This record gives sequence, structure tokens and C-alpha cells, in this order.
Amino acid sequence: MYEKHLMICGATGCLSSGSSQVEEALIEELEKHGIKDKYRLVMGGCPGFCEVGPLIVVYPDEVFYSRLKPKDMAELVEKHLVGGEIVERLLYKGPDVDAPARFYDTIPFYAKQKFNVLRNSGLIDPESIDEYIMRGGYRAFTRALNMDSTTICEEVKQAGLRGRGGAGFSTGLKWELTYKAPSSKKYVVCNADEGDPGAFMDRSILEGDPHAILEGMLICGRAIGADEGYIYCRAEYPLAIKRLKTAIEDAERYGLLGENILGYGFNFKMNIKEGAGAFVCGEETALLASIEGKRGMPRPRPPFPAQSGLFGKPTTINNVETFANVPLIVKEGGVDEFVKVGTDGSKGTKVFALAGKIRNTGLCEVPMGITIREIIYDVGGGIKGGRAFKAVQAGGPSGGCIPDELIDLPIDYDSLNQAGAIMGSGGLVVMDERTCMVDLARYFLSFTQKESCGKCTPCREGTKRMLEILNRISEGLGKPEDLDTLDSLATSIKDSSLCGLGQTCPNPVLSTIRYFRNEYEEHIEEHFCRAGVCKELFNYRIDEEKCTGCTACVKACPVDAIKGEKKEPHEIIQELCTRCGSCIEKCRQDCIMITPVGSEADVSN
Amino acid sequence: MSAIELTIDGKKIEVEPGTTILEAARQLGIDIPTFCYDPELPSNGACRICVVEVEKARALVASCVAPAGSDMVVHTASERVINARRAILSLLVANHPLDCITCEKTGECKLQDYCYRYGVADSEFSGEVKELSDDDSNAFFVRDMNKCILCGICVGKCQDVIGAGAIDFTKRGFVANVGPAFEDSIEDSTCVFCGLCIDSCPVGALIPKYSLGKGRPWEITKTRAVCPYCSIGCNVNLHVKANEVIGVTPVETNPVNRGHLCIKGKFGWDYLKSGDRLTRPLIKSNGVFLEVSWEEALALIADNIDEVKTRYGSDAIMGLCSPKTTNEESYLFQKLIRSLGTNNVDSYTRHCHAPAVDGMMEAFGSAAMTNSIEELSDTGAILVVAADPAESHPVISYRVREAVRNGAQLIVADPEPIGLTDLAQHYLPLYEGSAVALVNAMAYIIIEEGLQDQAFIDKRTEGYAAFKAAVSKYSIQDAAEVTGIGEEELRSAARAYAGAEKAAIISTVGANYSAAGGGLVLALANLALLTGNLGKESAGLYLPYGENNLQGVSDMGALPAVLSGYQLVKEKAVRDKFSRSWKTEINQNAGLSAAEVFTSGENSAIKALYILDENPVTCIGEENVETVQFLANLDFLIVQDIFMTETAALADVILPAAAFAEQEGTYTNTERRVQLTRQAVNPPGEAFPGWAIIAELAGWLGFEWIYDGPSDVFDEMTSLTPQYAGMSYERLKTRGLQWPCPSEDHPGTAVLYEGRFSRGLGLFTVVDDQTAVPSRTEISVSSAAAYHACQCQSDSMSKRSVINNFKRDSGR
Ligand SMILES: Cc1cc2nc3c(=O)[nH]c(=O)nc-3n(C[C@H](O)[C@H](O)[C@H](O)COP(=O)(O)O)c2cc1C
Ligand code: SF4
Ligand code: SF4
Ligand code: SF4
Ligand code: SF4
Ligand code: SF4
Ligand code: SF4
Ligand code: FES
Ligand code: FES
Repeated sequence: MYEKHLMICGATGCLSSGSSQVEEALIEELEKHGIKDKYRLVMGGCPGFCEVGPLIVVYPDEVFYSRLKPKDMAELVEKHLVGGEIVERLLYKGPDVDAPARFYDTIPFYAKQKFNVLRNSGLIDPESIDEYIMRGGYRAFTRALNMDSTTICEEVKQAGLRGRGGAGFSTGLKWELTYKAPSSKKYVVCNADEGDPGAFMDRSILEGDPHAILEGMLICGRAIGADEGYIYCRAEYPLAIKRLKTAIEDAERYGLLGENILGYGFNFKMNIKEGAGAFVCGEETALLASIEGKRGMPRPRPPFPAQSGLFGKPTTINNVETFANVPLIVKEGGVDEFVKVGTDGSKGTKVFALAGKIRNTGLCEVPMGITIREIIYDVGGGIKGGRAFKAVQAGGPSGGCIPDELIDLPIDYDSLNQAGAIMGSGGLVVMDERTCMVDLARYFLSFTQKESCGKCTPCREGTKRMLEILNRISEGLGKPEDLDTLDSLATSIKDSSLCGLGQTCPNPVLSTIRYFRNEYEEHIEEHFCRAGVCKELFNYRIDEEKCTGCTACVKACPVDAIKGEKKEPHEIIQELCTRCGSCIEKCRQDCIMITPVGSEADVSN
Repeated sequence: MSAIELTIDGKKIEVEPGTTILEAARQLGIDIPTFCYDPELPSNGACRICVVEVEKARALVASCVAPAGSDMVVHTASERVINARRAILSLLVANHPLDCITCEKTGECKLQDYCYRYGVADSEFSGEVKELSDDDSNAFFVRDMNKCILCGICVGKCQDVIGAGAIDFTKRGFVANVGPAFEDSIEDSTCVFCGLCIDSCPVGALIPKYSLGKGRPWEITKTRAVCPYCSIGCNVNLHVKANEVIGVTPVETNPVNRGHLCIKGKFGWDYLKSGDRLTRPLIKSNGVFLEVSWEEALALIADNIDEVKTRYGSDAIMGLCSPKTTNEESYLFQKLIRSLGTNNVDSYTRHCHAPAVDGMMEAFGSAAMTNSIEELSDTGAILVVAADPAESHPVISYRVREAVRNGAQLIVADPEPIGLTDLAQHYLPLYEGSAVALVNAMAYIIIEEGLQDQAFIDKRTEGYAAFKAAVSKYSIQDAAEVTGIGEEELRSAARAYAGAEKAAIISTVGANYSAAGGGLVLALANLALLTGNLGKESAGLYLPYGENNLQGVSDMGALPAVLSGYQLVKEKAVRDKFSRSWKTEINQNAGLSAAEVFTSGENSAIKALYILDENPVTCIGEENVETVQFLANLDFLIVQDIFMTETAALADVILPAAAFAEQEGTYTNTERRVQLTRQAVNPPGEAFPGWAIIAELAGWLGFEWIYDGPSDVFDEMTSLTPQYAGMSYERLKTRGLQWPCPSEDHPGTAVLYEGRFSRGLGLFTVVDDQTAVPSRTEISVSSAAAYHACQCQSDSMSKRSVINNFKRDSGR
């Protein structure tokens, strides 16, 4: 028996902030004290709070150490492990807590979260099937082996599980359709392509709890009558692929995959297919084509994959997170427990990746129906730098923005749709007053435009023209009729594109026009970008009244565009200024203003 | 499933389940625009111009891919629909050169037509446009991708129909394009220049070089003709302006090629305009040819024939008929020779196909291809042995691809990969020369596993017991050793062939004149008999001939022992029938064969020879010394041809003939389909259609023949030829007719031997030969026996055509 378990976050985020070095230092320290055998070290899955990584959680004490450096390990070992005393210095500190906080109960980031999908992430060794089983793993699958297809589908339907990959289709219904499609060969496919920029929910699950996905797929296979599964995983996720491979090998060894599983006469073969990295390959028909070795291009539906999918056979394709939910539902009493969380139309939890101008970036899992305010201010710790919240982009490049006035909108499939956004895969990009909405729309559209597969006319040609108009607007060359053109073009593209990419990619444009029309108009008519983003459309000016002549800006300026004597008000020479924004970040007096080109006045607030 | 009722633009219609909205609308006569839709390709749904509004649907739907649903209410021209179509056109136009004024496609460009229809004059969008350079790399067509609207049809055609896989989508987003991989030029790709992409492109992105600057669609008249190259007999539209052929497109509505061609049919016709064409009769005088009048030439021929006849007798005269001549010409030719009192008439190339002919004669009692080309698409399994149809008969390979798309099993047995290997579920790379062993082993497995069609064997065949005993002599292990194919592969191939409801066999080994292929033909016939794959649709033996009218020329009686319809010269009743009609006596002795005569060298009994369109001097690629010797010993040589060939150079008189586009007539393709080919342009100079020359010469020789035109000749022939009896030009106009067609109300015969073989019962033959059969590779390695050898007449056309530029080994 180990005295304590130390979970070091070994997921991609913390690895890149140095968790391997922390682990090495920890081992060294433990060896120095000759107590290495007493402690179990695990490079585990991501507990979400990547912002403050690398981190270690000590169990059973549930102490959460953050922002660790290798040199902190001596103290951690000596004080906590040997001395039994918590190292205050390494605990989480932040403006959202009064005193250094220990973990779930006291760190606000965790307080409103609910761990369904991330139940094991960071808690178990993802490379150990035993630990997964110890935590109740594969029990739902063995239960499913004793159930008939209809009952399994029925339970998943009752639980109200909706697809977490984007569209939010009822998972149980999808399974039922595949089950009913007549064929002796069927497939289960897991969509682990996760192509949304900035999204890493699926990666975290894959890295932190791979068996949960295998179990979900096995239950699905049992339900629809499939004997083969594919996990289509981005090649950019090497760690996820490695852990999946280990998980598959282990499951095969344990007789949970392969022929005649657990003596039930059920066979299941699991394959991994590495994706080629195109965003559109996440679209289900393109993904299937890609597995078949063809160019990843969407094809018209119907036929839906449930009727004719991989290699022409009935196929259920679900997202990683969808599958990870399944064991929770199919376990004994799972449905009742599952439906307790969430809203009427959206049951359970959703994992979000918080990004943008928010204090606590990272991953969180929250009950459906939580409001945007709660996510931003409670889980997310509010806006970075104390600026004002402006909007949040939900659903990535296919989604839309939700403005400040809708901050109390509950997050569920239907409310988001009504607001012009989508749940999507769960990206939340938070924006403050320094975000330009034209620029935001431009950013997402340039992504989708590049990623359009090029097959259908509206998407291939239309997004290009929309992007050109947005580019023009952000360069001050917008025309009054541009907004109408954007609107009608966007409508045509949505209305007549072949696949979800084209059908949704105008959303960021449409929703920003819907909520921030004045900002567009200001760009077009007044040639002014109030957020100070579109470089042609504003000037930086120093408020002479406020400037103390501290010279911080002078030092920051890379092109020597600021002049002024020490302790005297400074001035920016517009001809030289490249609007790099360095000075405004450095000025502590807040006296650098964003003003229209050629204007003296500060109209930014 | 029951029919689906829906409403389109207020009109109700019932359609079969699975019908698309587009098809349903077309049934109602509602025209929905399409760019990317092609009925022969898998559903595409790319261009979105065909969108319609379906009540209660969230977005517009692409009618070309959306299935009609019960109680659907569809609007094909609502404001929302029109706006979407305008937007799509506007977007396309924004990225399009719009140089319609000089564009070759003007007048038949869908983009232009639809912009006109929806009033899109100019784009409301301006911005970046494609600026790609033309791909002008090859001799055949220009690819101007700036005009491409990325409908993807060419990609589908090239990959799925042709199987060349030369082009695909490349890149993503706005810069997405269509072309060869790695931005290669089409010349360096696997393109086989079939031209199908050109014919399918809705806009002017792919333009054949032959038509550049030659004419506008409305200046062109189209004449339907038959490709003069191979025995498939593809139907083509010859595009004519001012008595000049300026282009060719495939006929879409005919069952043979259904809109498809190969490089020869698409591009190979420019020899018509070759400077080598003969335009006036020539007489050799002191070793030089002099242009003379027709009268002079024909008088000289008549004098010399008379002289030979008087001096040596009729049997010193011979006629050699090319398998490229029309039925009318070859019929009159044999009539002329026979009217001179001899049966010395033959078709030189026919003996190339002797193994196929002899083998099938033995097994079934007649030698023609058993089934039709179009039936291949619906077969359940196809065995390809010693053949590379993608090379020799491309349209057959297209049908094989179609069959596999429809779910057929494909078994390819060849030592080397062929053009269909990529598609084959069973590829058997057998050892050279082991094909008979392979086929026998398949028969053995079929019998051992009880997969044979016993009812068919009992009722329709004889010789089964001996055959069964013979194939059972060898174990599968023996066969595996001889063929190099493992037991499992052999078994699964045998099961695939025998397990299919209908299975077909394709082989061109019968085209090997070395006669060694005969055993394989018999072995294949056994396999088909064993599994009951004869006398029914989509089954049978496909042993296609080489030259375009080899079937017809044989049918016409350009053979030493038979008159038209294979009626034996030696039978009195036959001779009497023909004598009555021809008003002349027919010699009762079979004539000499070309093979006999051409090898007889200096000792030949033949003194006067009349050659139609053949070039035996270099037929096999190089000069044939024996033939030259024989020809040099003749007293008198007449050559009738379209070019000055090596053989013509030895002639005493040369008669300039019309080529295929310059005359009307019929050809009989390898599936026994008699097809009408029409005159599109006048022959050059004083050249004449072959049939007319022969008829004219007959007059000079003292026969009173009166024909108003080729259809007169055809009618005389049908009255004497039972297989053709029910045919007339009128009946041949659209789809042609397959013989036997014994009466005017007979629809023709697609499938031979339904109910009965020509010889009564089908005969199993013991082919106990494990080694002697050459494989296709051996054949093509020794090109003397190769397929192409039997297309030697084609060489004289193709080497004077742009298709001579095609490097066969590029790509694959
Ligand atoms: C352009 C595009 C990209 C997509 N990318 C993903 C993806 O990366 N991951 C994913 O799970 N679903 C993605 N989807 C959604 C899938 O098509 C599909 O709806 C989903 O995998 C179904 O699983 P679910 O029902 O569990 O959500 C994408 C859709 C589109 C149109
Ligand atoms: S909508 Fe875009 S991504 Fe989807 S098929 Fe069309 S071009 Fe491709
Ligand atoms: S924005 Fe950049 S370039 Fe301009 S003054 Fe400030 S630091 Fe200098
Ligand atoms: S392709 Fe059509 S639209 Fe384009 S230039 Fe040619 S004729 Fe005009
Ligand atoms: S011409 Fe070449 S590119 Fe075009 S379909 Fe034929 S093989 Fe393909
Ligand atoms: S070249 Fe023609 S057929 Fe091919 S994609 Fe472009 S427009 Fe379509
Ligand atoms: S397949 Fe034969 S008949 Fe058809 S185009 Fe080619 S050569 Fe001519
Ligand atoms: S990667 Fe370590 S907390 Fe997310
Ligand atoms: S014709 Fe229907 S999408 Fe192109």
C-alpha cells in the first residue's frame, strides 16, 4: 500500500509548461529521502486548470499544488510528504480567493463544476486498465452484455444524451436507427478529429481516460450489432494515440476486446485511424471517406451513416465526449442519476474549453443549464486585467457570439441556437472591450474559408467573397451596402451549402452583425475601430492631462515613435507609429487612448 | 416498396422509392438546372445550382441528390430558390474569365446558358480570381482551369468510368482545383486521353485541340457514324463544317458505347485529312505511278483479269478483303470474285482469330460472341484471363468497372497487373503459360464443392463425364504448383465465379493466331458450360475480335469456303440460291485461304490479286519477306486503299477509296450488332466508296449490276443471308440489330444459345494441357502474335493521326 498518491498532470498543456521536469525533480527528491516506494506517482490526465499548471494533486489529502517548478519539489517532499504539513506557498492563489485554497471545495474554478466525463481524468493512471476497472470501469459494458439492443438504445434515449460533437442529435435515436438498418456488418466510429481551433476537450478525455471511450464504443457496438470500431484521431494528438493504443492492448489482454468477449459470443475489433489534419475531416461523411482511404470530402446525406456509412455499411458515429458519457448512463441506475443534471432538453454535463480574455483558461465540465455569467465569473474567474466583458463566442468557427446583454443565458443546446450560436464541440472564447467584432468574424471566417473542402460552390466561392468584404471593412474600405451583401451572401451560403461547414460558417458573421451592427457601421462609416484592433482604423494618443511622463511607453516602443521629456507629457508621432500596441500595455496611468484617425478626441469609452 | 407521391410546383406525381427530386421533376417536364449531376456517377451534390425548396425543410435541398419523399411539397422556382441560384451563378461568374466571345464552348456552355436564364450579367462580387496557367502539355486537349467550376464530373468520369484516375481534387478552400496529383501536367499523368472528361465538362475548361478556332456549335452539323478502329463499334457524332470533320463526340443514346469512347474514337479520325490520302487512280508504268482517269484504270484491270482468266483459269484470281471494309463493300467484293468463277476470297486477319473461332465452333457450333457488351454491367462475376481490355477494348473495361460498381466480383488472372487489376477482388498472378491449368483447377473446385449447374449440364451439354474425369486427375496442390496460385485463392476465385447468378468470361487469347490459345478457349467454354453461364443474359464468353468489321466481313462471306451467313459453298442448294440471285455460276470448290497463298512464295498458283484496304507487306510491324516474294511473283496486283501503303507501292493499279466518314454503309461489331455508319463529308479528290468502285468494276468485267446505293446492296445481301434477313437500313438507324434477326418483326438476338446451341448440345472438351497456353504477356511480348498485330490495318490510320503521339507507357 502506498501512503499517498501524487497525481502530476501529464497532459499536453502541463507537459508544455514543464511537468516532466517537475516529475523528474520530484523523483530525485523522493529518492534522496529514500521514500520513493511509499508514494505512487502518476502522470495523469488533465484536471482542467491548465492556466496554473504544472500541477500536482496529493491524495488522499486532496491538496492541489499549482504553478510548480522543479525547484519547488524539495520543499514539497520535505514539508508535505515527510513533515505532513501543507506547503501554503504552492497552493492556488488568485483574486477570486481570499486565502490560498486547497482544492474542490475552496478553489472557485472547481466549485461549480460537475465531473461526469472527466470523472477519472487526473485521478487515475490513464495507462492502467486496473485503475479504470477499480473505479467501476467496464461494469456498464458487462451490464450491457446482458441487455438486448433495444433496451440499451432505450436507456440512452431516456437519459436524453445528445451528441457532443456539434449538432446535438439524440444519441439513443442514432443508435436505434443503426440497429434497425439491416446488415450483417456494422461499424462504430469515434470522431476524435477535434478540429476547432483552440478546442481540446476531446484530447483531454482521450489522454486522461481512454478506457471510458472504449467502453462507450463497446456498449454502442453491443447496441447496434457492430463488431468493429474505428477511432479517427487527429495525428497531432500523439499522446492520445499512444494511450489509446495501450488501452486497446490492455483491453484485448483482459478479453474485453476481440472474439467472444467475456464468453457472450460478442466480438469486437478496435482500430485507430490517424487523421490527416483537415478540419473538414471532422464532418462525419468526410471522416468516413478518409477512413476508407479517399480524399476527405463530405458527401450528401441521405443516406445517413446509420443507413450507409463506413464501406457502405450502417455506422454509428459519435464524438469522444458522447461515448465517454455512455458508461455513466448504462451502468446500474445510471439513467436516473444522469437525468438529474441538466435542463429539460439538455441532460448531463458539458465540457468546455475556456479561452480568450478570461482569467482561468482551461477545461471545465459544468452542468447543462449553467449560465454564461456563472461560467465566466465563477468558473472562469472573470475577465483578465479587469476589463469589461463584451461577448463570448460559443461553438468555434461554426458558432456565434453571445453579447453582454445575454450574459444570463443558460447554456444548453436550444438556448444557444436561439441566440444564434451553437453548442458545437464546446469552445468558449471570451472577449472584452478590446476585441473587435469585425476582426473576430474575420478570424473565424478566414479559418473556415481555408478549410472549406472546395467541393460546393456557395462555401468555396461565397466564403471567399464574404472574407474579402470583411477584409475591406477592416481596412476602412467598407461600403454602406456591404452589410446587406454580407447578410444575403451568408443566407445563401447557409441555405445551399452541402455540409455543416458551409451551413454554419457564416454564423460568426451573422451573429456579430446581429449584436454589434453599430460596430460594423462605425468601421464602414467612420473608419473607426473602437477596440483598437483594425490597424488602419484608429490611432493611439497620449492623454496629455493624465500622462506623468514616466517614459514606460518610450521604452516599450520598438520604433521610437514616442517623444517627450521625462516627467513631461509624451506624444506619439503618428507617422512613425505602427500601432503595435506595446505602449498601451505598459502605461500604468492608463493614459493612452484609442482614437479615430485624425481625431484628437478619445471616443473609445 | 410502394410508390411515393409528392407535389412539385403544384403538380402531383408518383415515383419509385429512391427517385431523386430532380428525376421526379424531369418526369413532369420541369427543367431544373444542373452542373455537377451525371446519372452515371455516384451522387455528388457539389455545385448546388439544382437547389429547390422543400416545405418544412430547414435549408434548400439539392434536388439531384435528395430522394423524393412521401407527401413532399417542392417548389423549384420560388423566389428563395431563384435567389440562391442567382447567388451561385454570381459567385461562379465572379471567379470566371468570361471570355465567352472567343471561348470554344460558347453556345453550349451551361454557365452561359444559366446566366442567361437567370439574368446574371455580371457578378455583384469582385475580388481575387484564379490565375492559373493553361495545361497545354499534350497533343489532345487544353485544360484551362480558370474556367473550371469544380463540378467534379471529370474526376468522377476519369476515376469511376474510365479507371484512369488521372485527375482528382487538389488543395482546399478557394484555391481548390481539379487536376493531376502533385500539379503534374496531364501529359505526365495516367491520362489515357479517352476524352470523356472533355465531353462531360459543362463549361469550356477542357477543349480538344482539334476544334480550336474551327467553328461554332451552330455552324456544325452532326452526322452519326461508327468508329473505324476496334470491334466494339462505338457510335460517334462527326462534327462537320464546310465539308470538313472538325470534331467527334460520342453518341449517348446507343447501347454499345453509351457516351464513352477511347482515344482512337475520340481523336483518331484526323487521318481523314492526311496528305497521304489517295485522291486519284494510279497506274504503274515503268516503275512509276501515273495518275489516270477511272476509265483508264478500270479498263486496265478488266483487261488484265480477262487475260489471267484466259491464260490460267479463274482459280488464278484471288481477292483479299480487309476487315475494315463495310459489309456492303465486302459483300460485293466476294460476289465479284465469285462471279469470276473462283472462291479464292479471304480476309487476311481472320486467321489471327482462328483459335477463338475454332474453339467456339467446337464447343457450341458457331463462333460469335455469345452476349452483348452492355450486359456486362449487370453481371455478378467476371473472369478476365489473358486479356487486358483496358488496352485492347477500352469500352469493355468501362463496362467491367460499372459491373464492379454494381457489386460484381472481378477475377483477373494474368502474370502481370493489367488495367483492371486495381479493381479485382481476386487477382491471380499466375505463372506464364498456366492459364489452362488455372481454369481446369477452377472447374475441379467447382465440381468438388458441388457448385456446378447440374440441371444445365444434364439438359444442355454432352461430354461431361470425360471432362470431369480429366480435371479430377490433378489435385489442387498440383494446380497450385503449376500456376503459382495458392489453394485458398483458387478456391475463392472459383467460388466467386460459380457463386454468381450470372458470370461472364473475357479473354482475348483467341486473338492469338499462333493457335496455341485454342486450348484455353476450350477450357473457358467448359467452365461456362459447367456453371450454366451460357444462353442467358450477362453471362457467356466475351472473346472480342480486333478489327472493327472482322465479324461483318466474315458474315458477308469474304471467306474461301462459305458464302454470306456461313452458307457452305460445297452445298448445292446454297450455290443454287446464290446463282439464281446473282445470275452467275458459283464454283463448287472452296477457295484458297490467305494463309496458304501468302506462304506459297514463288510457287503460288495465284496470278492476279485484288487487295482491299490491307497492307500485308508490313502487317506485323516489319516487312514480311515471304509476302513480298509472293506479291512480286504476281502477274497483276490491284490495291484499293485510302493511303499509299507499302503494299500499294507494289501494285500495278491503285484505286483510291473513301474512308469511314466519307461513305454510308454498315459494320457488324463483335457482339454481332449491325450498325449504320453515315457519310459526313465527301471523299477527297476522285476517291470513291469501296462498294461503288467494285460495282463499277463489275460493269467493266461484263456483269450487269445495278445498285442505287449501299442500302440496295444491303437488301440484296439480307435476302440471301438468314441471320440478316429481318434487317434494313431503316431498322438499323438507332440501336442497330444483333443477328440472328431472321424476320422483319424480330428484335434481334442479344444472347446466343437460349434453349439450344448451334450444334444442339454444348460440348465439354478435355483440355488436358497444363502448359502450352501463352499468357497475355507472352502475346504482347512477341508482338507478332499480339493483339495489336491483328489491328495492323489500324496502324496505317493511327500512324497518320495525332493518336500516334500517345505514349502508352506514360502513367501506369
Ligand atoms: C466541418 C465540420 C467539422 C466537424 N468536426 C467535428 C469534430 O472535430 N469532432 C466531432 O466530434 N464532430 C465534428 N463534427 C460533427 C460530426 O459531423 C458529427 O455530427 C459528429 O461526429 C456526430 O457525433 P455526435 O452525435 O456524438 O455529436 C463536425 C462537423 C462539421 C460540419
Ligand atoms: S460546405 Fe464547404 S466544406 Fe462542406 S462540402 Fe461544401 S465546400 Fe466542402
Ligand atoms: S503603438 Fe507601438 S509603435 Fe505605436 S507608439 Fe505605441 S509602442 Fe510605439
Ligand atoms: S466557359 Fe462558358 S461562361 Fe466561361 S467563357 Fe466559356 S462560354 Fe463563357
Ligand atoms: S481524357 Fe484523361 S483525364 Fe480525361 S477522363 Fe480520359 S483519362 Fe481522365
Ligand atoms: S474541368 Fe469541367 S468537368 Fe472538370 S470539374 Fe472543372 S468544370 Fe467540372
Ligand atoms: S473502343 Fe473501339 S470502337 Fe470504341 S472508340 Fe475505341 S477504338 Fe473506337
Ligand atoms: S494540461 Fe495540466 S491542467 Fe490541463
Ligand atoms: S446539380 Fe445538384 S448539386 Fe450540382
